[in-house]
Amino acid sequence: MTLLHLELLSAALFAIGLYGFLARRNAVLLLMSVELMLNAVNINLVAFAVFLDPARLLGQVIVVFVITIAAAEVGLALAIILRLYRNRSTANVDEIDLMKW
Amino acid sequence: MTLHDLYLLSPEVSLVGLAALVVLLDMVVPRKGVLAGVALAGLVVPLAFSLALWGTVSSEGAQQGIFGTLAVDKFALFFKFLFLAAAALVVMATTDLFDRLGHSLGEYYSLVLVSAVGMMLLAAATELISLYVALELTALPLAALAAFHRDARSTEAGLKFLLLSAISSAVLLYGMAFVFGLTGTTYLSDIAARIGSSVLRPDVPFGAFALLLGVVLMVAGFGFKIATVPFQMWVPDVYEGAPTPITAYLSVASKAAGFAVILRVFYIAFGAEALQVDWGVLFAGLAVASMTVGNLVAVAQNNIKRMLAYSTIAHAGYMLVGLAAVSAGAPGGSTLGPSGLLFYLAGYTLTNLAAFFAVIAITNKTGSEVIDSFAGMGRRSPWLALVLALSLVSLIGIPPTVGFMAKLYIFNAAVRSGLAWLVVVGVVNSVLSAYYYLRVLRVMYLAPPASSEAVPASVPLRTALVVTGAGVLFFGVLPIFLIRLAERAAQAILS
Repeated sequence: MTLLHLELLSAALFAIGLYGFLARRNAVLLLMSVELMLNAVNINLVAFAVFLDPARLLGQVIVVFVITIAAAEVGLALAIILRLYRNRSTANVDEIDLMKW
Repeated sequence: MTLHDLYLLSPEVSLVGLAALVVLLDMVVPRKGVLAGVALAGLVVPLAFSLALWGTVSSEGAQQGIFGTLAVDKFALFFKFLFLAAAALVVMATTDLFDRLGHSLGEYYSLVLVSAVGMMLLAAATELISLYVALELTALPLAALAAFHRDARSTEAGLKFLLLSAISSAVLLYGMAFVFGLTGTTYLSDIAARIGSSVLRPDVPFGAFALLLGVVLMVAGFGFKIATVPFQMWVPDVYEGAPTPITAYLSVASKAAGFAVILRVFYIAFGAEALQVDWGVLFAGLAVASMTVGNLVAVAQNNIKRMLAYSTIAHAGYMLVGLAAVSAGAPGGSTLGPSGLLFYLAGYTLTNLAAFFAVIAITNKTGSEVIDSFAGMGRRSPWLALVLALSLVSLIGIPPTVGFMAKLYIFNAAVRSGLAWLVVVGVVNSVLSAYYYLRVLRVMYLAPPASSEAVPASVPLRTALVVTGAGVLFFGVLPIFLIRLAERAAQAILS
Protein backbone atom coordinates (compact mmCIF):
# COMPACT_ATOMS: atom_id res chain seq x y z
CA MET A 1 0.00 0.00 0.00
CA THR A 2 1.40 3.34 -0.98
CA LEU A 3 0.30 6.89 -0.41
CA LEU A 4 -1.23 6.94 -3.86
CA HIS A 5 -3.62 4.11 -2.96
CA LEU A 6 -4.88 5.96 0.08
CA GLU A 7 -5.17 9.16 -1.91
CA LEU A 8 -7.33 7.38 -4.48
CA LEU A 9 -9.46 5.81 -1.76
CA SER A 10 -9.98 9.20 -0.19
CA ALA A 11 -10.79 10.83 -3.52
CA ALA A 12 -13.28 8.06 -4.34
CA LEU A 13 -14.97 8.42 -0.96
CA PHE A 14 -15.13 12.18 -1.39
CA ALA A 15 -16.68 11.79 -4.83
CA ILE A 16 -19.24 9.27 -3.55
CA GLY A 17 -20.17 11.69 -0.79
CA LEU A 18 -20.51 14.56 -3.23
CA TYR A 19 -22.65 12.41 -5.54
CA GLY A 20 -24.83 11.41 -2.61
CA PHE A 21 -25.26 15.03 -1.61
CA LEU A 22 -26.42 15.94 -5.09
CA ALA A 23 -28.53 12.85 -5.82
CA ARG A 24 -30.22 12.04 -2.52
CA ARG A 25 -33.51 13.68 -1.59
CA ASN A 26 -33.82 12.94 2.11
CA ALA A 27 -32.27 15.58 4.35
CA VAL A 28 -30.83 12.96 6.71
CA LEU A 29 -29.14 11.17 3.80
CA LEU A 30 -27.68 14.49 2.66
CA LEU A 31 -26.18 14.80 6.08
CA MET A 32 -24.71 11.30 5.86
CA SER A 33 -23.21 12.16 2.49
CA VAL A 34 -21.47 15.15 4.05
CA GLU A 35 -20.16 12.87 6.78
CA LEU A 36 -18.76 10.61 4.07
CA MET A 37 -16.92 13.58 2.56
CA LEU A 38 -15.52 14.54 5.95
CA ASN A 39 -14.30 10.99 6.48
CA ALA A 40 -12.61 11.12 3.09
CA VAL A 41 -10.78 14.18 4.38
CA ASN A 42 -9.85 12.32 7.54
CA ILE A 43 -8.36 9.42 5.58
CA ASN A 44 -6.43 11.92 3.51
CA LEU A 45 -5.05 13.65 6.58
CA VAL A 46 -4.03 10.45 8.34
CA ALA A 47 -2.47 9.09 5.15
CA PHE A 48 -0.34 12.19 4.72
CA ALA A 49 0.63 12.16 8.36
CA VAL A 50 1.61 8.48 8.40
CA PHE A 51 3.51 8.42 5.13
CA LEU A 52 5.22 11.76 5.15
CA ASP A 53 5.77 12.68 8.77
CA PRO A 54 5.37 9.61 10.99
CA ALA A 55 7.31 11.15 13.86
CA ARG A 56 4.67 13.80 14.54
CA LEU A 57 0.95 13.24 15.03
CA LEU A 58 -0.17 16.50 13.45
CA GLY A 59 -2.51 14.91 10.90
CA GLN A 60 -4.18 12.75 13.56
CA VAL A 61 -4.69 15.83 15.74
CA ILE A 62 -6.49 17.62 12.90
CA VAL A 63 -8.70 14.55 12.45
CA VAL A 64 -9.78 14.73 16.09
CA PHE A 65 -10.83 18.35 15.57
CA VAL A 66 -12.72 17.48 12.40
CA ILE A 67 -14.61 14.61 14.06
CA THR A 68 -15.56 16.76 17.03
CA ILE A 69 -16.89 19.60 14.93
CA ALA A 70 -18.69 17.21 12.60
CA ALA A 71 -20.51 15.77 15.62
CA ALA A 72 -21.67 19.25 16.65
CA GLU A 73 -22.76 19.93 13.10
CA VAL A 74 -24.83 16.75 12.94
CA GLY A 75 -26.45 17.54 16.27
CA LEU A 76 -27.61 20.93 15.09
CA ALA A 77 -28.66 19.65 11.67
CA LEU A 78 -30.77 16.84 13.15
CA ALA A 79 -32.47 19.33 15.47
CA ILE A 80 -33.36 21.54 12.52
CA ILE A 81 -34.56 18.56 10.46
CA LEU A 82 -36.76 17.51 13.39
CA ARG A 83 -38.28 21.00 13.53
CA LEU A 84 -38.76 20.92 9.79
CA TYR A 85 -40.52 17.57 10.00
CA ARG A 86 -42.90 18.97 12.61
CA ASN A 87 -43.65 21.96 10.40
CA ARG A 88 -43.97 20.26 7.06
CA SER A 89 -44.31 16.52 7.81
CA THR A 90 -41.51 15.76 5.36
CA ALA A 91 -37.75 15.57 5.26
CA ASN A 92 -37.62 15.47 1.47
CA VAL A 93 -35.55 18.38 0.24
CA ASP A 94 -37.51 18.56 -3.02
CA GLU A 95 -40.57 19.55 -1.04
CA ILE A 96 -38.72 22.12 1.04
CA ASP A 97 -39.35 24.82 -1.49
CA LEU A 98 -41.19 27.69 0.17
CA MET A 99 -38.56 30.06 -1.16
CA LYS A 100 -37.51 30.01 -4.77
CA TRP A 101 -36.57 32.55 -7.36
CA MET B 1 -0.73 29.03 27.85
CA THR B 2 0.56 31.95 29.82
CA LEU B 3 -1.05 34.98 31.35
CA HIS B 4 0.13 36.95 28.34
CA ASP B 5 -1.82 34.58 26.08
CA LEU B 6 -4.88 35.22 28.17
CA TYR B 7 -4.40 38.94 27.74
CA LEU B 8 -4.11 38.52 23.98
CA LEU B 9 -7.32 36.48 23.99
CA SER B 10 -9.14 38.78 26.43
CA PRO B 11 -11.68 40.20 23.95
CA GLU B 12 -12.79 36.70 22.93
CA VAL B 13 -12.75 35.31 26.47
CA SER B 14 -14.80 38.19 27.83
CA LEU B 15 -17.26 37.84 24.97
CA VAL B 16 -17.74 34.12 25.71
CA GLY B 17 -18.27 35.05 29.36
CA LEU B 18 -20.87 37.60 28.33
CA ALA B 19 -22.67 35.01 26.20
CA ALA B 20 -22.82 32.61 29.16
CA LEU B 21 -24.03 35.40 31.45
CA VAL B 22 -26.87 36.28 29.08
CA VAL B 23 -28.08 32.65 28.93
CA LEU B 24 -28.00 32.35 32.71
CA LEU B 25 -29.79 35.66 33.21
CA ASP B 26 -32.51 34.48 30.84
CA MET B 27 -33.52 31.89 33.42
CA VAL B 28 -33.96 34.31 36.30
CA VAL B 29 -34.96 37.60 34.71
CA PRO B 30 -38.64 37.92 33.83
CA ARG B 31 -38.30 41.09 31.76
CA LYS B 32 -36.60 40.27 28.50
CA GLY B 33 -35.59 43.84 27.74
CA VAL B 34 -32.97 43.47 30.47
CA LEU B 35 -31.13 40.85 28.39
CA ALA B 36 -30.66 43.25 25.51
CA GLY B 37 -29.36 45.86 27.93
CA VAL B 38 -26.90 43.43 29.51
CA ALA B 39 -25.69 42.16 26.13
CA LEU B 40 -25.19 45.72 24.90
CA ALA B 41 -23.51 47.01 28.05
CA GLY B 42 -21.38 43.88 28.27
CA LEU B 43 -19.98 44.47 24.78
CA VAL B 44 -18.08 47.41 26.24
CA VAL B 45 -15.74 44.97 28.01
CA PRO B 46 -14.34 43.20 24.89
CA LEU B 47 -14.23 46.60 23.20
CA ALA B 48 -12.12 48.00 26.04
CA PHE B 49 -9.79 44.97 25.88
CA SER B 50 -9.47 45.40 22.11
CA LEU B 51 -8.59 49.08 22.57
CA ALA B 52 -5.99 48.13 25.18
CA LEU B 53 -4.54 45.55 22.78
CA TRP B 54 -4.41 48.19 20.04
CA GLY B 55 -2.30 50.30 22.39
CA THR B 56 -0.03 47.33 23.13
CA VAL B 57 0.36 46.48 19.45
CA SER B 58 1.13 50.13 18.65
CA SER B 59 3.93 50.26 21.18
CA GLU B 60 5.32 46.72 21.05
CA GLY B 61 4.43 45.53 17.57
CA ALA B 62 2.25 42.59 16.50
CA GLN B 63 1.91 39.74 18.96
CA GLN B 64 1.56 35.98 18.48
CA GLY B 65 -0.44 34.03 21.04
CA ILE B 66 -1.36 30.42 21.94
CA PHE B 67 1.63 28.65 20.35
CA GLY B 68 1.61 31.09 17.46
CA THR B 69 -1.83 30.06 16.24
CA LEU B 70 -3.42 33.47 16.73
CA ALA B 71 -2.04 36.81 15.65
CA VAL B 72 -2.95 39.95 17.50
CA ASP B 73 -2.06 42.65 15.01
CA LYS B 74 -3.86 45.73 13.78
CA PHE B 75 -5.46 43.72 11.01
CA ALA B 76 -7.14 41.38 13.50
CA LEU B 77 -8.04 44.26 15.81
CA PHE B 78 -9.62 46.24 12.97
CA PHE B 79 -11.93 43.30 12.38
CA LYS B 80 -12.58 42.86 16.10
CA PHE B 81 -13.89 46.45 16.20
CA LEU B 82 -15.99 45.79 13.11
CA PHE B 83 -17.58 42.61 14.51
CA LEU B 84 -18.21 44.14 17.94
CA ALA B 85 -19.93 47.12 16.33
CA ALA B 86 -22.03 44.86 14.09
CA ALA B 87 -23.00 42.63 17.03
CA ALA B 88 -23.97 45.66 19.15
CA LEU B 89 -26.12 47.12 16.37
CA VAL B 90 -27.80 43.76 15.71
CA VAL B 91 -28.56 43.40 19.43
CA MET B 92 -30.18 46.84 19.37
CA ALA B 93 -32.18 46.13 16.23
CA THR B 94 -33.61 42.91 17.65
CA THR B 95 -35.73 44.72 20.26
CA ASP B 96 -38.55 45.16 17.75
CA LEU B 97 -38.87 41.42 17.30
CA PHE B 98 -39.33 40.57 20.99
CA ASP B 99 -42.86 39.27 20.49
CA ARG B 100 -41.65 36.85 17.81
CA LEU B 101 -38.37 35.84 19.46
CA GLY B 102 -39.37 36.17 23.10
CA HIS B 103 -39.57 32.41 23.59
CA SER B 104 -35.81 32.13 24.00
CA LEU B 105 -34.26 35.52 23.77
CA GLY B 106 -31.34 34.58 26.01
CA GLU B 107 -30.17 31.92 23.58
CA TYR B 108 -30.65 34.32 20.70
CA TYR B 109 -28.35 36.96 22.14
CA SER B 110 -25.75 34.49 23.32
CA LEU B 111 -25.64 32.84 19.89
CA VAL B 112 -25.09 36.25 18.29
CA LEU B 113 -22.22 36.86 20.70
CA VAL B 114 -20.66 33.40 20.27
CA SER B 115 -20.77 33.82 16.52
CA ALA B 116 -18.96 37.14 16.93
CA VAL B 117 -16.27 35.28 18.91
CA GLY B 118 -15.85 32.89 15.98
CA MET B 119 -15.47 35.78 13.55
CA MET B 120 -12.93 37.53 15.76
CA LEU B 121 -10.86 34.34 15.98
CA LEU B 122 -11.23 33.82 12.24
CA ALA B 123 -9.68 37.22 11.53
CA ALA B 124 -6.83 36.41 13.90
CA ALA B 125 -6.11 32.78 13.00
CA THR B 126 -2.69 32.12 11.47
CA GLU B 127 -2.89 28.36 11.51
CA LEU B 128 -5.16 26.00 9.62
CA ILE B 129 -6.70 24.04 12.51
CA SER B 130 -7.66 27.13 14.51
CA LEU B 131 -8.87 28.70 11.29
CA TYR B 132 -11.21 25.77 10.66
CA VAL B 133 -12.47 25.71 14.25
CA ALA B 134 -13.13 29.47 14.14
CA LEU B 135 -14.94 29.07 10.83
CA GLU B 136 -17.31 26.49 12.30
CA LEU B 137 -17.72 28.52 15.48
CA THR B 138 -18.97 31.31 13.21
CA ALA B 139 -21.21 29.17 11.03
CA LEU B 140 -22.99 26.87 13.51
CA PRO B 141 -24.50 29.63 15.71
CA LEU B 142 -25.54 31.48 12.56
CA ALA B 143 -27.37 28.38 11.28
CA ALA B 144 -29.19 28.07 14.60
CA LEU B 145 -30.07 31.76 14.44
CA ALA B 146 -31.33 31.52 10.87
CA ALA B 147 -33.76 28.83 12.02
CA PHE B 148 -34.81 30.83 15.06
CA HIS B 149 -38.34 31.74 14.08
CA ARG B 150 -40.46 28.65 14.56
CA ASP B 151 -42.17 28.89 11.19
CA ALA B 152 -41.46 26.75 8.14
CA ARG B 153 -39.59 29.45 6.22
CA SER B 154 -37.08 30.12 8.94
CA THR B 155 -36.47 26.42 9.53
CA GLU B 156 -35.95 25.95 5.81
CA ALA B 157 -33.43 28.81 5.84
CA GLY B 158 -31.56 27.24 8.73
CA LEU B 159 -31.42 23.83 7.08
CA LYS B 160 -30.23 25.22 3.76
CA PHE B 161 -27.56 27.29 5.46
CA LEU B 162 -26.34 24.41 7.58
CA LEU B 163 -26.23 21.81 4.79
CA LEU B 164 -24.44 24.09 2.35
CA SER B 165 -22.13 25.35 5.06
CA ALA B 166 -21.29 21.73 5.93
CA ILE B 167 -20.49 20.79 2.35
CA SER B 168 -18.43 23.92 1.81
CA SER B 169 -16.38 23.22 4.91
CA ALA B 170 -15.89 19.63 3.71
CA VAL B 171 -14.51 21.03 0.44
CA LEU B 172 -12.36 23.50 2.38
CA LEU B 173 -11.01 20.73 4.59
CA TYR B 174 -10.17 18.56 1.60
CA GLY B 175 -8.18 21.49 0.26
CA MET B 176 -6.50 22.04 3.61
CA ALA B 177 -5.59 18.35 3.76
CA PHE B 178 -3.65 18.68 0.49
CA VAL B 179 -1.93 21.86 1.58
CA PHE B 180 -1.02 20.26 4.89
CA GLY B 181 0.13 17.08 3.22
CA LEU B 182 2.39 18.85 0.75
CA THR B 183 3.95 21.29 3.17
CA GLY B 184 3.84 19.23 6.35
CA THR B 185 2.75 22.19 8.43
CA THR B 186 -0.43 24.00 9.35
CA TYR B 187 1.12 27.40 10.11
CA LEU B 188 0.46 29.91 7.36
CA SER B 189 3.91 31.48 7.52
CA ASP B 190 5.60 28.05 7.45
CA ILE B 191 3.45 27.04 4.48
CA ALA B 192 4.73 30.10 2.63
CA ALA B 193 8.31 29.27 3.56
CA ARG B 194 8.02 25.62 2.46
CA ILE B 195 6.44 26.61 -0.84
CA GLY B 196 9.00 29.38 -1.23
CA SER B 197 12.01 27.16 -0.64
CA SER B 198 10.25 24.59 -2.83
CA VAL B 199 10.74 21.67 -0.50
CA LEU B 200 7.59 20.30 -2.05
CA ARG B 201 7.84 16.64 -1.41
CA PRO B 202 8.89 14.57 -4.39
CA ASP B 203 7.32 11.47 -2.86
CA VAL B 204 3.80 12.92 -2.99
CA PRO B 205 1.71 11.90 -6.00
CA PHE B 206 1.13 14.80 -8.42
CA GLY B 207 3.13 17.19 -6.21
CA ALA B 208 2.52 20.77 -7.29
CA PHE B 209 -0.79 19.96 -8.96
CA ALA B 210 -2.13 18.58 -5.71
CA LEU B 211 -1.07 21.80 -4.00
CA LEU B 212 -2.85 23.84 -6.64
CA LEU B 213 -5.93 21.66 -6.24
CA GLY B 214 -5.78 22.22 -2.49
CA VAL B 215 -5.63 25.98 -2.87
CA VAL B 216 -8.50 26.06 -5.36
CA LEU B 217 -10.64 23.91 -3.06
CA MET B 218 -9.88 26.33 -0.25
CA VAL B 219 -11.01 29.23 -2.43
CA ALA B 220 -14.28 27.35 -3.04
CA GLY B 221 -14.74 26.86 0.69
CA PHE B 222 -14.12 30.52 1.45
CA GLY B 223 -16.22 31.56 -1.54
CA PHE B 224 -19.23 30.14 0.25
CA LYS B 225 -18.54 32.37 3.26
CA ILE B 226 -18.31 35.56 1.26
CA ALA B 227 -21.24 34.54 -0.98
CA THR B 228 -19.60 34.88 -4.35
CA VAL B 229 -20.89 33.34 -7.57
CA PRO B 230 -20.89 30.30 -8.14
CA PHE B 231 -21.16 29.55 -4.41
CA GLN B 232 -24.09 31.89 -3.82
CA MET B 233 -27.07 29.52 -4.13
CA TRP B 234 -27.88 29.59 -0.42
CA VAL B 235 -27.88 33.37 -0.08
CA PRO B 236 -31.35 34.49 -1.25
CA ASP B 237 -33.24 31.68 0.51
CA VAL B 238 -31.39 32.01 3.78
CA TYR B 239 -31.60 35.80 3.74
CA GLU B 240 -35.32 35.68 3.08
CA GLY B 241 -36.21 33.08 5.69
CA ALA B 242 -33.94 34.11 8.55
CA PRO B 243 -35.02 36.71 11.12
CA THR B 244 -34.16 40.08 9.57
CA PRO B 245 -31.56 41.17 12.17
CA ILE B 246 -29.76 37.88 11.52
CA THR B 247 -29.94 38.51 7.79
CA ALA B 248 -28.26 41.84 8.42
CA TYR B 249 -25.64 40.17 10.61
CA LEU B 250 -24.96 37.47 8.00
CA SER B 251 -24.67 39.97 5.20
CA VAL B 252 -22.03 42.14 6.87
CA ALA B 253 -20.19 40.34 9.67
CA SER B 254 -20.02 36.85 8.20
CA LYS B 255 -18.92 38.29 4.87
CA ALA B 256 -16.27 40.49 6.49
CA ALA B 257 -14.91 37.47 8.37
CA GLY B 258 -14.66 35.56 5.10
CA PHE B 259 -12.70 38.35 3.44
CA ALA B 260 -10.45 38.68 6.48
CA VAL B 261 -9.46 35.04 6.33
CA ILE B 262 -8.98 35.10 2.55
CA LEU B 263 -6.73 38.14 2.81
CA ARG B 264 -4.63 36.56 5.51
CA VAL B 265 -4.37 33.12 3.89
CA PHE B 266 -3.55 34.44 0.44
CA TYR B 267 -1.22 37.16 1.60
CA ILE B 268 0.74 35.06 4.04
CA ALA B 269 0.54 31.46 2.86
CA PHE B 270 0.03 31.59 -0.90
CA GLY B 271 1.53 34.95 -1.73
CA ALA B 272 4.89 33.29 -2.39
CA GLU B 273 6.58 34.04 -5.69
CA ALA B 274 7.57 30.39 -5.98
CA LEU B 275 3.98 29.30 -6.51
CA GLN B 276 3.98 31.24 -9.77
CA VAL B 277 0.22 31.52 -9.85
CA ASP B 278 -1.51 34.82 -10.38
CA TRP B 279 -4.46 34.69 -8.01
CA GLY B 280 -5.55 38.03 -9.40
CA VAL B 281 -6.98 36.33 -12.48
CA LEU B 282 -8.99 33.87 -10.39
CA PHE B 283 -10.40 36.60 -8.15
CA ALA B 284 -11.07 38.90 -11.10
CA GLY B 285 -13.10 36.13 -12.76
CA LEU B 286 -15.11 35.53 -9.59
CA ALA B 287 -15.62 39.30 -9.26
CA VAL B 288 -17.05 39.66 -12.75
CA ALA B 289 -19.37 36.66 -12.24
CA SER B 290 -20.57 37.89 -8.83
CA MET B 291 -21.22 41.46 -9.90
CA THR B 292 -23.05 40.52 -13.06
CA VAL B 293 -25.17 37.66 -11.71
CA GLY B 294 -25.99 39.52 -8.48
CA ASN B 295 -27.12 42.68 -10.20
CA LEU B 296 -29.01 41.02 -13.04
CA VAL B 297 -31.03 38.72 -10.81
CA ALA B 298 -31.68 41.47 -8.24
CA VAL B 299 -33.56 43.41 -10.91
CA ALA B 300 -36.22 40.69 -11.06
CA GLN B 301 -36.89 40.52 -7.31
CA ASN B 302 -40.09 41.70 -5.63
CA ASN B 303 -39.18 40.79 -2.07
CA ILE B 304 -36.97 43.44 -0.46
CA LYS B 305 -34.92 40.91 1.55
CA ARG B 306 -34.27 38.83 -1.56
CA MET B 307 -33.33 41.95 -3.50
CA LEU B 308 -30.86 42.94 -0.80
CA ALA B 309 -29.56 39.36 -0.80
CA TYR B 310 -28.66 39.57 -4.49
CA SER B 311 -27.27 43.02 -3.82
CA THR B 312 -24.86 41.52 -1.26
CA ILE B 313 -23.73 39.01 -3.90
CA ALA B 314 -23.02 41.90 -6.25
CA HIS B 315 -21.14 43.74 -3.51
CA ALA B 316 -19.06 40.65 -2.82
CA GLY B 317 -18.08 41.08 -6.47
CA TYR B 318 -16.97 44.69 -5.94
CA MET B 319 -14.95 43.60 -2.92
CA LEU B 320 -13.33 40.85 -4.99
CA VAL B 321 -12.15 43.61 -7.33
CA GLY B 322 -10.13 44.85 -4.37
CA LEU B 323 -8.88 41.33 -3.74
CA ALA B 324 -7.86 40.95 -7.37
CA ALA B 325 -5.95 44.22 -7.02
CA VAL B 326 -4.25 42.76 -3.95
CA SER B 327 -3.17 39.68 -5.80
CA ALA B 328 -2.17 41.45 -8.97
CA GLY B 329 0.17 43.32 -6.66
CA ALA B 330 0.54 47.00 -7.28
CA PRO B 331 4.23 47.81 -7.73
CA GLY B 332 6.21 48.67 -4.66
CA GLY B 333 4.14 46.58 -2.23
CA SER B 334 1.36 49.13 -2.16
CA THR B 335 -1.26 48.72 0.55
CA LEU B 336 -3.88 50.24 -1.71
CA GLY B 337 -5.64 46.94 -2.50
CA PRO B 338 -6.00 45.50 1.00
CA SER B 339 -6.69 48.84 2.68
CA GLY B 340 -9.30 49.60 0.02
CA LEU B 341 -10.94 46.26 0.76
CA LEU B 342 -10.94 46.93 4.51
CA PHE B 343 -12.39 50.39 3.99
CA TYR B 344 -15.05 48.97 1.70
CA LEU B 345 -15.99 46.33 4.28
CA ALA B 346 -16.37 48.95 7.02
CA GLY B 347 -18.43 51.26 4.82
CA TYR B 348 -20.52 48.38 3.54
CA THR B 349 -21.21 47.24 7.11
CA LEU B 350 -22.66 50.65 8.00
CA THR B 351 -24.63 50.92 4.78
CA ASN B 352 -26.14 47.47 4.74
CA LEU B 353 -27.02 47.52 8.44
CA ALA B 354 -28.83 50.84 7.91
CA ALA B 355 -30.80 49.36 5.01
CA PHE B 356 -31.77 46.20 6.88
CA PHE B 357 -32.70 48.09 10.05
CA ALA B 358 -35.09 50.30 8.11
CA VAL B 359 -36.51 47.16 6.51
CA ILE B 360 -37.02 45.63 9.99
CA ALA B 361 -39.09 48.61 11.14
CA ILE B 362 -41.18 48.81 7.98
CA THR B 363 -41.85 45.08 7.51
CA ASN B 364 -42.72 44.81 11.19
CA LYS B 365 -45.49 47.36 10.68
CA THR B 366 -46.79 46.33 7.28
CA GLY B 367 -46.23 42.59 7.77
CA SER B 368 -45.13 42.31 4.14
CA GLU B 369 -41.68 42.11 2.58
CA VAL B 370 -42.89 42.96 -0.92
CA ILE B 371 -41.29 46.11 -2.30
CA ASP B 372 -44.70 47.55 -3.29
CA SER B 373 -45.75 47.57 0.36
CA PHE B 374 -43.13 50.30 0.91
CA ALA B 375 -45.40 52.67 -1.01
CA GLY B 376 -45.59 56.19 0.38
CA MET B 377 -43.12 55.57 3.21
CA GLY B 378 -41.60 58.94 2.38
CA ARG B 379 -44.78 60.53 3.71
CA ARG B 380 -45.69 57.99 6.39
CA SER B 381 -42.30 57.96 8.14
CA PRO B 382 -40.03 60.55 6.57
CA TRP B 383 -36.99 59.84 8.77
CA LEU B 384 -37.10 56.10 8.36
CA ALA B 385 -37.52 56.49 4.60
CA LEU B 386 -34.63 58.95 4.58
CA VAL B 387 -32.26 56.46 6.23
CA LEU B 388 -33.32 53.71 3.82
CA ALA B 389 -32.92 56.09 0.88
CA LEU B 390 -29.49 57.14 2.10
CA SER B 391 -28.31 53.56 2.46
CA LEU B 392 -29.63 52.61 -0.99
CA VAL B 393 -27.87 55.61 -2.51
CA SER B 394 -24.73 54.47 -0.74
CA LEU B 395 -25.17 50.95 -2.11
CA ILE B 396 -25.34 52.39 -5.64
CA GLY B 397 -22.24 54.45 -4.90
CA ILE B 398 -23.41 58.04 -5.28
CA PRO B 399 -21.76 60.84 -3.27
CA PRO B 400 -21.88 62.08 -0.53
CA THR B 401 -22.08 58.60 0.96
CA VAL B 402 -19.48 56.15 2.17
CA GLY B 403 -20.47 53.75 -0.61
CA PHE B 404 -19.13 56.20 -3.18
CA MET B 405 -15.85 56.71 -1.35
CA ALA B 406 -15.39 52.95 -0.93
CA LYS B 407 -15.98 52.24 -4.60
CA LEU B 408 -13.69 55.10 -5.61
CA TYR B 409 -10.93 53.76 -3.38
CA ILE B 410 -11.22 50.14 -4.45
CA PHE B 411 -11.50 50.94 -8.18
CA ASN B 412 -8.51 53.25 -7.85
CA ALA B 413 -6.53 50.36 -6.38
CA ALA B 414 -7.60 48.12 -9.26
CA VAL B 415 -6.57 50.67 -11.92
CA ARG B 416 -3.16 51.09 -10.30
CA SER B 417 -2.72 47.31 -10.41
CA GLY B 418 -3.39 47.33 -14.14
CA LEU B 419 -6.92 45.97 -13.91
CA ALA B 420 -8.67 48.80 -15.74
CA TRP B 421 -10.93 46.38 -17.64
CA LEU B 422 -12.23 45.04 -14.33
CA VAL B 423 -13.06 48.58 -13.20
CA VAL B 424 -15.03 49.15 -16.39
CA VAL B 425 -17.09 46.03 -15.64
CA GLY B 426 -17.57 47.26 -12.08
CA VAL B 427 -18.76 50.71 -13.11
CA VAL B 428 -21.15 49.31 -15.70
CA ASN B 429 -22.53 47.05 -13.00
CA SER B 430 -22.94 49.97 -10.60
CA VAL B 431 -25.03 51.78 -13.17
CA LEU B 432 -27.08 48.63 -13.72
CA SER B 433 -27.64 48.27 -9.99
CA ALA B 434 -29.03 51.81 -9.77
CA TYR B 435 -32.12 50.53 -11.60
CA TYR B 436 -33.35 48.25 -8.81
CA TYR B 437 -32.17 50.40 -5.91
CA LEU B 438 -33.90 53.47 -7.35
CA ARG B 439 -37.07 51.44 -7.87
CA VAL B 440 -37.41 51.22 -4.07
CA LEU B 441 -36.87 54.98 -3.82
CA ARG B 442 -39.54 55.61 -6.46
CA VAL B 443 -42.05 53.40 -4.61
CA MET B 444 -41.26 55.08 -1.31
CA TYR B 445 -41.50 58.68 -2.49
CA LEU B 446 -43.79 58.70 -5.53
CA ALA B 447 -46.36 55.93 -5.01
CA PRO B 448 -49.42 56.81 -2.91
CA PRO B 449 -49.33 55.39 0.63
CA ALA B 450 -51.67 52.54 1.58
CA SER B 451 -52.41 54.25 4.89
CA SER B 452 -51.20 57.40 6.60
CA GLU B 453 -50.13 55.63 9.80
CA ALA B 454 -46.54 56.26 10.86
CA VAL B 455 -44.25 53.27 11.25
CA PRO B 456 -43.35 52.68 14.91
CA ALA B 457 -39.82 51.80 15.97
CA SER B 458 -38.38 51.17 19.41
CA VAL B 459 -35.78 53.53 20.85
CA PRO B 460 -32.86 51.05 20.43
CA LEU B 461 -33.77 50.44 16.80
CA ARG B 462 -34.04 54.19 16.19
CA THR B 463 -30.65 54.66 17.82
CA ALA B 464 -29.15 51.96 15.59
CA LEU B 465 -30.71 53.64 12.55
CA VAL B 466 -29.34 57.05 13.50
CA VAL B 467 -25.86 55.65 14.20
CA THR B 468 -25.61 53.75 10.91
CA GLY B 469 -27.27 56.49 8.86
CA ALA B 470 -25.03 59.17 10.33
CA GLY B 471 -22.02 56.90 9.78
CA VAL B 472 -22.88 56.50 6.10
CA LEU B 473 -22.99 60.28 5.68
CA PHE B 474 -20.06 61.12 7.95
CA PHE B 475 -17.58 58.71 6.36
CA GLY B 476 -18.89 59.74 2.95
CA VAL B 477 -17.85 63.33 3.62
CA LEU B 478 -14.84 62.74 5.85
CA PRO B 479 -13.51 59.26 5.05
CA ILE B 480 -9.92 60.05 5.99
CA PHE B 481 -10.17 58.73 9.56
CA LEU B 482 -11.48 55.36 8.42
CA ILE B 483 -9.00 55.22 5.55
CA ARG B 484 -6.07 55.80 7.91
CA LEU B 485 -7.37 53.03 10.16
CA ALA B 486 -7.72 50.68 7.20
CA GLU B 487 -4.22 51.52 5.98
CA ARG B 488 -2.68 50.74 9.35
CA ALA B 489 -4.59 47.48 9.52
CA ALA B 490 -3.53 46.53 5.99
CA GLN B 491 0.13 47.18 6.74
CA ALA B 492 0.01 44.53 9.45
CA ILE B 493 -0.44 41.67 6.99
CA LEU B 494 2.05 43.09 4.51
CA SER B 495 5.05 43.13 6.80
